[in-house]
Amino acid sequence: MNAMDIAVGIFLALGCFFALTGAVGIVRMPDFFSRLHPAGKNDTLAVTSIMIALLIRTVEYDYHWTVATKLLLIVGIIFVTAPAASHAISKAAFLDGLKPWTKPGDTEASNE
Amino acid sequence: MARRVSLLIALFAFWAMLSGQLDITVFGQAFLTVCGVISCLFVVWIASRMGIIDMEGHPVHLALRAIAYVPWLFWQIVLSNFDVAMRVWHPSRPIAPRIIRVPNTTRSDLATVIYANSITLTPGTVTIGVDSATNELIVHALTKETADAVLTGDMERRVKRLEGVA
Amino acid sequence: MQFDWAAVAAGAVILLGVCLVLIRAYRGPTSYDRILSANAIGTKTVIFIALLGFMTRRPEFLDIALLYGLLNFITTIAILKFIEYKRLG
Repeated sequence: MNAMDIAVGIFLALGCFFALTGAVGIVRMPDFFSRLHPAGKNDTLAVTSIMIALLIRTVEYDYHWTVATKLLLIVGIIFVTAPAASHAISKAAFLDGLKPWTKPGDTEASNE
Repeated sequence: MARRVSLLIALFAFWAMLSGQLDITVFGQAFLTVCGVISCLFVVWIASRMGIIDMEGHPVHLALRAIAYVPWLFWQIVLSNFDVAMRVWHPSRPIAPRIIRVPNTTRSDLATVIYANSITLTPGTVTIGVDSATNELIVHALTKETADAVLTGDMERRVKRLEGVA
Repeated sequence: MQFDWAAVAAGAVILLGVCLVLIRAYRGPTSYDRILSANAIGTKTVIFIALLGFMTRRPEFLDIALLYGLLNFITTIAILKFIEYKRLG
């Protein structure tokens, strides 16, 4: 047990927490549009934080340097594609006429 | 032409990151490196035939200013994640979703895309679409506070600084 | 074979997350909810494949994770296009 192991543990735990938060959010949120928020955002940070943990492991196990660059590329790809995918899904749903859920009694929100 | 050379360099850097076979004193690796260079040249040739090496296809002119923008965006993403995580786990689920229209004054399509994607990644807001008739972004906000935060236009100023307008 | 137990534990939590998202994929109610679930499961799979490589100390699995991330995006767009236009061409 050294400092690197502890850092790996912290980042892995953080990543798992956010991945689980995204999953719970998709189950718990009341309508499609509010489900986009946990799905699109928490997964991004979950990937980032788990890849940081694996980056530390790469240094610890002395892997080839392409392992580190591939981890960074995975983060880059998720950062570009996650918002684009959630935008594409939400746009299709919006054009299909799906009405967003508003809080009961929230008159300002339902004006739109 | 300069843009083509920079695309070639970017493609070769991408190839090198994936393969790592750069030790040209070994015959096998030297052969692979030459193959990589030929592939990159081929891709640049195809892309220039298709006419997609322009401000949008290869926005290298934004690279320097992006160094200032990306860390700020990343910090916003971290903040937004904690905010959304709190709202997901909170027993009473404190959300009040609404759809708002955000005026968009960025000049190029590329800047609009960057602005829309940044809104999606930051606290409690997801961009649904662009209304090109009125030049507005249609944004779904999770709470009133996050909706107001987008409407202040702080992020739009930063995207325009990235674009080089303001 | 020496396992990396931290990665194994993280992988188990990711699989639990996938099971939770499957509940939403089953319940719907709209097809967009299901596409969103498929996309979220894909992102979690990318994490899981990357972890799998480190569990068994074979980082070559990262190539598969990288490809899966790209395919996941293309799949989402293709399904949406199919729903919108009823054809892929």
